[in-house]
Amino acid sequence: MSDVGFNRQGVWAIYRFEMARFVRTLLQSVVTPVITTSLYFVVFGSAIGSRMSRVGGVPYGAFIVPGLIMLSILTASISNASFGIYFPKFTGTIYELLSAPISFVEMILGYVGAAATKSISLGLIILATATAFVPVEIRHPFFMVAFLLLTTITFSLFGFVIGIWAKGFEQLQLIPMLVVTPLTFLGGAFYSIDMLPPRWRTVALFNPVVYLISGFRWSFYETADVGVGVSLAMTSGFLGLLLLVVGWMFKSGYRLKK
Amino acid sequence: MKPVISISGLTKTYAGGFAALKKVDLEIQQGEIFALLGPNGAGKTTLINIVCGIVTPSSGTVVADGHDIVRDYRSARFKIGLVPQELTTDAFETVWATVTFSRGLFGRAPNPAHIEKVLRELSLWDKRKTRIMNLSGGMKRRVMIAKALSHEPEILFLDEPTAGVDVELRRDMWALVRRLREGGVTIILTTHYIDEAEEMADRIGIISKGELIVVEEKAKLMQKLGKRQLTLNLQEPMAALPPALADWPLALKANGNQLQYTFDAHAVAPGDKPQDIPSLLRRLGELQIGFKDLSTSQSSLEEIFVSLVTDRAEPASKGAA
Repeated sequence: MSDVGFNRQGVWAIYRFEMARFVRTLLQSVVTPVITTSLYFVVFGSAIGSRMSRVGGVPYGAFIVPGLIMLSILTASISNASFGIYFPKFTGTIYELLSAPISFVEMILGYVGAAATKSISLGLIILATATAFVPVEIRHPFFMVAFLLLTTITFSLFGFVIGIWAKGFEQLQLIPMLVVTPLTFLGGAFYSIDMLPPRWRTVALFNPVVYLISGFRWSFYETADVGVGVSLAMTSGFLGLLLLVVGWMFKSGYRLKK
Repeated sequence: MKPVISISGLTKTYAGGFAALKKVDLEIQQGEIFALLGPNGAGKTTLINIVCGIVTPSSGTVVADGHDIVRDYRSARFKIGLVPQELTTDAFETVWATVTFSRGLFGRAPNPAHIEKVLRELSLWDKRKTRIMNLSGGMKRRVMIAKALSHEPEILFLDEPTAGVDVELRRDMWALVRRLREGGVTIILTTHYIDEAEEMADRIGIISKGELIVVEEKAKLMQKLGKRQLTLNLQEPMAALPPALADWPLALKANGNQLQYTFDAHAVAPGDKPQDIPSLLRRLGELQIGFKDLSTSQSSLEEIFVSLVTDRAEPASKGAA
């Protein structure tokens, strides 16, 4: 490593360490969400979906695929990244990160990069699983990948912030369980927000997850609740906000340094 | 020798108002073994944690091998290895994986040969595929040392490295520290075992209540602050000390059967009369006081340490009372 250069080895070490944990816990990290999502496809896609009309010209079973992938990757991104940074705090091994010649940007690249990789893998596995239950079409693969990347990176960063903020395992679960999951369910994972009464549609537009699901669904079927440009801008804005928060956390040593 | 670490005006006051360090100035010389001693809560770990980047100082500067630890933290930390006091390890990783991780984290390219050398030196090679959760406490301590050595640091901090380890590991670690020093590594250790500092250190620093009260070469410290004692077993017991021996600070012990003379290296009696042992023996001869045998002893570093820390604590407690 040069005296002031980028700590490539450090980023790679964190990334590999986190990915090794992912491989070690495949049953929990991949098999469980895939089974859960498959059950959604069976219940809402095949059983109930066959009795429902098309939504935006898309069969209901296929309509819910992007929303269900979003639900899984949002949860996985937050939980992977938050656990990744919280666990060293809990065990005390954080001393090694804090005493290493590694900048906060490099640390984020390692942790968030690994969390995003895990979530993307999970999203692609769920997508492949969905094709076994319902007909899926991807009209804009480039945008699909772009939304997948943007969402996993943004929510992994969100998870990283939660991991630094959390003082215990309860707090670690608090935001994913009480905030993110309800927002995803109410964010149009199972319906179009156009189906809501006008007043509730306006309320729904304050839910950031609406923009993620809408944009992601557009990349599949060209049907969206809000413009794709707005979706991209809102998600990028959330990403920018999180970068500022993480930057402040590292600069001030918030809940990391005494 | 040039200083490899320069600490200047270092203070740390925690959010609750507790002053853990009060304007500490210290220079660590390249290639030395420096032992930092102090009672619990004296500020040893805070000092180490600031140098290593774990705790943010309130004021003051630290320069490690020419690099400011805040402005030029990468270069500074690259040179430093730390073995913390607490046994904090990744439970589910193997020994090999965690040591390899540490090397990468510190920016070093993979070097399996070096990792193997470190593991063999610490008798961990046979355990390299074992998960850390399955190791004994002593083995975990070795793993933490292996992690700290994985990136070939030039400065090594050992915070209570032998706390809770068995005698064999303690001896192994002393040998390892000596080998590292021979290889040019500067070592700063804190310990509660004063004999460890006495055995290994070139220089000693004593910290109490956040203040560095003494920094001295070990030999000089013991010479300056250590007490020596001469004990004479008398042929005939004495009821009281004769006035002719008033120049020496003597004491009668064992029911008047022993004459005890306590002195330090530079002791000079009032009026500049020498207080050396030959003068005392001559005077005893003149007074026809015979003795069967004699023995001498020297105070240990532990006694010096206790005396220094107690001396500091007493005025404070008197003031508080």
